[in-house]
Amino acid sequence: MQVETKISINGKDYEGEVEARTLLVHFIRDVGGLTGAKVGCDTSQCGACTVHVDGVAVKSCTMLAVQADGTSVTTIEGLADDGDLHPLQEAFWAKHGLQCGFCTPGMIMAAAKLLEANPSPSEEEVRHGLEGNFCRCTGYQNIVRAVTEAADAQKEGAE
Amino acid sequence: MTTRIFSSGIRRREDPRLITGKAAYTDDVTLPGMAYAAILRSPHAHARINSIDTSAAAGMDGVLAVFTGDDINAEFNPVPCAWLVPNSDLKTPAHPPIASGVVRYQGDAVAVVVAECRYAAEDALELIDVDYEPLPVVIEPDKAMCDDAPQLHEDAPNNQAFHWVMTGGDVDAAFDDADVVVGERILHQRLIPNAMEPRSAVAQFTQATGELTLWSATQNPHIARFLTHVVTNLPEHKIRVIAPEVGGGFGSKIPYYADEVIAIFCAIKTGRPVKWTATRSEGYQSTIHGRDHVEDVELAADSDGNITGIRAKVWAGMGAYLSTAAPGIPTILHGLMYSGAYDIPNVKADVYGVFNNAVPVDAYRGAGRPEATFLVERLVDKLANELDVDPADVRRKNFIPAFEDGHDVATGLTYDSGDFAMSLDMATEKIGYQELREEQKRLRAEGKYIGIGITTYSEICGLGPSQVAGAVGFQGGLWEGAIVRFHPSGKVNVAIGSSPHGQGEETTFAQIISHELGVDVDDVNIMHGDTSQTPMGWGTYGSRTTAVSGAAVAIAARKIKDKATQIAAHLLEAAVEDIDYENGNFFVKGSPDQAKTIQDIALMANVAWDMPEGVEPGLEASTFYDPPNFTYPFGTHIAVVELDKDTGRIDVNRYLACDDCGPQINPMIVEGQIHGGVVQGIGPVLCEGAVYDEDGQLLTGSMLDYALPRADMFPEIETSSSVTPSPHHPLGVKGVGETGTIASTITVYNAVMDALKPFGVEKLDMPLTPEKVWRAIHANGKEN
Ligand code: FES
Ligand code: FES
Repeated sequence: MQVETKISINGKDYEGEVEARTLLVHFIRDVGGLTGAKVGCDTSQCGACTVHVDGVAVKSCTMLAVQADGTSVTTIEGLADDGDLHPLQEAFWAKHGLQCGFCTPGMIMAAAKLLEANPSPSEEEVRHGLEGNFCRCTGYQNIVRAVTEAADAQKEGAE
Repeated sequence: MTTRIFSSGIRRREDPRLITGKAAYTDDVTLPGMAYAAILRSPHAHARINSIDTSAAAGMDGVLAVFTGDDINAEFNPVPCAWLVPNSDLKTPAHPPIASGVVRYQGDAVAVVVAECRYAAEDALELIDVDYEPLPVVIEPDKAMCDDAPQLHEDAPNNQAFHWVMTGGDVDAAFDDADVVVGERILHQRLIPNAMEPRSAVAQFTQATGELTLWSATQNPHIARFLTHVVTNLPEHKIRVIAPEVGGGFGSKIPYYADEVIAIFCAIKTGRPVKWTATRSEGYQSTIHGRDHVEDVELAADSDGNITGIRAKVWAGMGAYLSTAAPGIPTILHGLMYSGAYDIPNVKADVYGVFNNAVPVDAYRGAGRPEATFLVERLVDKLANELDVDPADVRRKNFIPAFEDGHDVATGLTYDSGDFAMSLDMATEKIGYQELREEQKRLRAEGKYIGIGITTYSEICGLGPSQVAGAVGFQGGLWEGAIVRFHPSGKVNVAIGSSPHGQGEETTFAQIISHELGVDVDDVNIMHGDTSQTPMGWGTYGSRTTAVSGAAVAIAARKIKDKATQIAAHLLEAAVEDIDYENGNFFVKGSPDQAKTIQDIALMANVAWDMPEGVEPGLEASTFYDPPNFTYPFGTHIAVVELDKDTGRIDVNRYLACDDCGPQINPMIVEGQIHGGVVQGIGPVLCEGAVYDEDGQLLTGSMLDYALPRADMFPEIETSSSVTPSPHHPLGVKGVGETGTIASTITVYNAVMDALKPFGVEKLDMPLTPEKVWRAIHANGKEN
């Protein structure tokens, strides 16, 4: 069954007839042509596909495109503000929070929501908060450093 | 430029594209007219295929073609094994790209569908009707060699793939004369490497020119090109392999797989570019596994604790076929490391490679060396227990004394440089070892149980030289090519044959150029991964990229410097011997203010208006570097774990890694490699492991069932380092990609065993899940 679906991704509307079973992550990648969100698993474990749907962090492999019809989606490509890196992007870069980079888009998108909910997380809270995202390269340590550094930077920016 | 660039933790230059989602991995490649392939995989671990009916699938809407083994195997050669370990009676049964007649593991390819979209391709798989006749199955490597075990290959009786024996000294005499012998049966469970990017391939064949382009998630595009030629018979110069961004490998993207071959076949036959990307669960059944050893290991010593011998009998599961490098892993990369950091005069490895009905095994981070370090360090701890002395002291007693330029060990290797006692002292001091032992005593009195594990390792890195590769049966070289090219504007392109995929060489190699020639790192571009743009090289694995490819880059840079000196001498009207160089400037001795910069010289060399007589235009150098020896990083790791005796849960409270990988080009990147390696090595101790049932069904067949390490399982890893340069590397560097994994598995395992000592538990098979630990504690009913 083909369903007309319209989703705003990073402020731009994408419209298309898609099969009803099309996953949101495939809509973003194939219809939107935005390949920042990655597919790292088929059981909703890895978090590589994490995007924001109407402001909520969602593993976009767990949602159908039709369920996201009419929503506003932000992907890693839409996180930088007018070319200025988001504090998390800056911090991942500065703290070496990535190696191969495959987990990174999902990791950053998940961390962004973590920091919204808890602007000054402890190291342990960051580790717990990122439980749903796997990284195989970094051993997580520099990811944790990056997230706490970004939290500090965001606080400084707000002051 | 005044900033010190060598040994500086500058930010990675590859990161901007990665943190913004702009980097393109293989599955991100889309070509006009591209079709999608999906592979039907056997649900049985061993079965005869009586018939395959593809007609319904072929007739489905959107399906372009369906192929089976009959189609592909008639035109393509089997997928080869490329590490033919000599003197081992090696059997290499043919591995057809798609099974023909018999499937030998769950996941073996049976057919492929090419369709307009991936959903249609997967739908069509369900319409393929295969009549299987199940055959008996064997999984455990030691059992597979029993007389009555089911046979996988006619030409490999007893399922024996090879038998390799390595001896040094007189091991039997050492055991006969020993005062103390300790031993154990060690099981290294199968591990699933789980690079975050699932494997993927895009194949495009241009009929008119006969050219094939393969985008592939590989760690070694040049090997992939050569083996593509071997399998497809296409001429090598018409094959281009591109490893675009690659999302981790850890060894699992070294092998040349049937799936890539299938994608190529589909592209040739349909005339369309074809993409195949594994789902994660599909990857579990079709991307190599690691480890799978059953080992009986023993150590001999005198009553003073001097180690006199180590011997091991190993059954190494190979899976159903020999993957690209598989035979070399439990032999060359394993047995030769039995000396560890110790002066052990007598060693013996007796290794059987065994076919079993499981996914083929190949290199997984550390590849043979974590298993070797495990057995040596486990035995050393057992010896300490037996003699009731501190494990640190037994180690000190047996270390090879410090050496700077070569030390021969009984396995036949020559370590390059090392100082193990210094490393152990550094680590024990840093972590406060004595205090920890006292704390441990105090806590035990309170009914709390911590355990301390120590490992001092030596490992083998920088795989090369090629002569050794040939002697040990590796069907390739182990040198690396590099081309350094200055453009007229003074910007630099460096093309390398190795293929980094997360290790950061776009940054560290630019640092090498900057260090050698004084150009800004931002003026250097490192090109890798595309065989059409890079010189030959053998790839990124075995912690060899900086050790071998980095050396090639440094040597090419030095050739440039020599030529630049000649040009500078000419321009400054001086003799070559009178030219000094400092930080990108060439000048007549004593007149640094009259310098020619490397950029001035690059411009002159490129326009060539005024060159010294007999000097060619251009400022470009290429090198093919074949290392004279391996490099041998070493170090000491210490872990402190806490055991909750009521639940069996193990927490890692502290982890210290003191590593010596020689001078560090970028300490931030080095530290990142150690973090990642340590966590990957601890996973199998605490939670990870592939489980097959007796019918050969992979019970841990998805990320839901296979327990990967998560962020909340670890404390902050403490790191520290010493610097002992390699005497033979132009920059002294040794490599660091695998040290973490090589040391951490046994470090944490020994720590857990130390915590369990009061309960009389001496041995437990990994992973040490809470249930297993709890049962072990209660089985003995002993608690002090
Ligand atoms: S791809 Fe969505 S959680 Fe793994
Ligand atoms: S950086 Fe490679 S998986 Fe996280």
